[in-house]
Amino acid sequence: MPDDLSPRGPDLLSVPITVNGQERHMRLAPWTTLLDALRDTLGLSGSKKGCDHGQCGACTVILDGRRVNACLVLAASKEGSEVRTVEGLAAPDGTLHPLQQAFIAHDAFQCGYCTPGQLCSGVALLEEGHAKTPDEIREWMSGNLCRCGAYPNIVAAIGEVASR
Amino acid sequence: MRPFTFSRPEAPALAIAGKDAASRFLAGGTNLVDLMKYDVERPAAVLDLGRIAGLREVTQAGGTLRIGALVTNADAAAHPLVLAHHPLLADAILAGATPQLRNMATTGGNLLQRTRCHYFYDRQTACNKREPGTGCPAIGGVNRIHAILGASESCIATHPSDMCVALAALEAVVVAQGPEGERRIPMAEFHRLPGNEPQRDTTLGERELITAVEIPAWDYGAHRTYLKLRDRLSYAFALVSVAAAVTLEGGRIAKARIALGGVAHKPWRVAEAETMLQGQAPGEDAFAAAASLILRGAQGQGHNDFKIELARRAIPRALHQAAHATPQSHVEKRIA
Ligand SMILES: Cc1cc2nc3c(=O)[nH]c(=O)nc-3n(C[C@H](O)[C@H](O)[C@H](O)COP(=O)(O)OP(=O)(O)OC[C@H]3O[C@@H](n4cnc5c(N)ncnc54)[C@H](O)[C@@H]3O)c2cc1C
Ligand code: SF4
Ligand code: FES
Ligand code: FES
Repeated sequence: MPDDLSPRGPDLLSVPITVNGQERHMRLAPWTTLLDALRDTLGLSGSKKGCDHGQCGACTVILDGRRVNACLVLAASKEGSEVRTVEGLAAPDGTLHPLQQAFIAHDAFQCGYCTPGQLCSGVALLEEGHAKTPDEIREWMSGNLCRCGAYPNIVAAIGEVASR
Repeated sequence: MRPFTFSRPEAPALAIAGKDAASRFLAGGTNLVDLMKYDVERPAAVLDLGRIAGLREVTQAGGTLRIGALVTNADAAAHPLVLAHHPLLADAILAGATPQLRNMATTGGNLLQRTRCHYFYDRQTACNKREPGTGCPAIGGVNRIHAILGASESCIATHPSDMCVALAALEAVVVAQGPEGERRIPMAEFHRLPGNEPQRDTTLGERELITAVEIPAWDYGAHRTYLKLRDRLSYAFALVSVAAAVTLEGGRIAKARIALGGVAHKPWRVAEAETMLQGQAPGEDAFAAAASLILRGAQGQGHNDFKIELARRAIPRALHQAAHATPQSHVEKRIA
């Protein structure tokens, strides 16, 4: 196993990434994750850090059209990419995304910590077309855990938007 | 994470030239970045493969299906060529991880993902795989998820992949490129048993880059299944999984391929069981006999003793599903 512990870096890399339609130029250390870049460098704290190990889905963002766990993405490997976060789901005039509306209507959260990840995952799921039945929604939302157990209402909210 | 240098080679030759024992290739990052956060992986340099062209294609030529090393698990499972020619692979991929992780994870990275043994992940404990010679606390320790077949006194870890179980059943070949040129490694020889070198998961060389996997033609259609048994209905590693495919001729089994996941340091395949099934009418007796052959020598470690019986029942069930052309759905969880 590589075990060279001699100090390296800081070695900042220039990482341009388009976030919610706006091109952002960041100077980042290579070990900065996309999640830390969004939260700490850009101040977009909507994406949450639950486990930091790809297990909970709280950090889910939509990267080049695909939902991913931002905590396991090295930002430097995504220069030139486009990221959509929970801050970018509503229309520019503030009108909420239909799924955000449905989450409110169905009371699909309690503490709200998992919600930004649920929303990004749900929006991508709707675009993928994997929300045809409640079973399908459950399976394809399995990567988003909710400690408050709001699952039935999350499934109902997604199901309602999918059926429109 | 510890500091490292970062580069993005633009061609396989550059990636291979830049690779040494202290560096790591980065594909989807879902295993490497995780292990770096646990300080289990401490690369001095990370070589991101993302800019290399030509590793993202799924193609078919002369019956052989070829999947590039950087094709994501999600793309492979949804690709029309995969669905048409090797739906068993799509089944297995969709039984694993989550949509988010499958969007990131790649063919090459999935092949090389490391064990989920709790001790391997915990730097505070000994582990022969992480630090050779320190011991194996899983033996006599917490070993519910560990191996029942092919384990050694040095290591009883399992390989956690679902995708690889299907690739083993389908007799896929891993294509690798290294300083000495290209090499093709059959799945059966790609992953290793732990023996007294558990630090080596595979037979891939330190400077070799996986470029693709190739799966030979075999038309089994709906006569297949990937049956994954785990602690939850979704999003959990396999305790026992079975990839099975058969073809029938005149009501008898013409060909059967079976591989098990969650039970050994590599996908477990016993050719003798497959040969035995050939020419037999599909039925519970033949399936039970196959299970006995596959599980010959199985040994529990205490907490995982149940896996032997679980596998003994899962194999006939999977063969039944394959013979009846009722593949396990990953959405509708009822087992046919
Ligand atoms: C929470 C969680 C749950 C999971 N559940 C499952 C599950 O149920 N079933 C399952 O099968 N898997 C599961 N996984 C594992 C997941 O499938 C793997 O992490 C993934 O397939 C690894 O692929 P990657 O591209 O992200 O690899 P990376 O993390 O980028 O790389 C893994 C290793 O492979 C090396 N590598 C990558 N590509 C190449 C190449 N082309 N040539 C040479 N070396 C290469 C890297 O250097 C590294 O050592 C889970 C993972 C997580 C985090
Ligand atoms: S089973 Fe293998 S990976 Fe787990 S502690 Fe023992 S040596 Fe390490
Ligand atoms: S914070 Fe990324 S998955 Fe939990
Ligand atoms: S609403 Fe609290 S974790 Fe989901």
